Amino acid sequence: MMKKLLIAFLMLPLLAIAAADLEINTPAISSLKSSMQARHAQLAGHYASGAVGLTRDGLVAVKDANAVPLKDRQAVNSLVAAENNDRNALYREIATANGHPEWESEVRGTFAQRWVQKAQSGWWYQDGSGWAKK
Amino acid sequence: MNRLSWVFLVAGLLALPACVTINIYFPAAAAEKAADKIIDEVWQLKKEGEQPQVKESK
Repeated sequence: MMKKLLIAFLMLPLLAIAAADLEINTPAISSLKSSMQARHAQLAGHYASGAVGLTRDGLVAVKDANAVPLKDRQAVNSLVAAENNDRNALYREIATANGHPEWESEVRGTFAQRWVQKAQSGWWYQDGSGWAKK
Repeated sequence: MNRLSWVFLVAGLLALPACVTINIYFPAAAAEKAADKIIDEVWQLKKEGEQPQVKESK
């Protein structure tokens, strides 16, 4: 009896390890991903030109509107707004899909770091003090 | 021996809250892994073209 109890206690941490993956395979997350993936084709050039940069809160922002011809500026603003809608929704969805809506800001913080980490060199991002070029 | 079992039992009981804690505190490593997976898909990294898709000039 005592031995069984002991074994049961020793096994508990394994359960915790098994549950260590975050759920990201929900329909909502998938559709956000494909929407962002499609938009990336349009945004990539703006990251490279410095018109758009990655913010420290896991979003994107117009960094240098002058890098875009005047006639295209409105389109870039719309792209940025649409991207940020998707990103905000993505962070919220990941938190709620895992049963912890309060994790949203931590999910956001994690993404903020990883976007920058995976950005190509030449892209702009916000660090502690302002815009920096990767 | 019996005493040793008690020691383990008490240690196990003390460790129990840690298992609950893991689900309350944010799993940073798992989140990083999830973020990497999503970013790779959105930015289509680790696929055929590693180059960024450059916007066509008009």
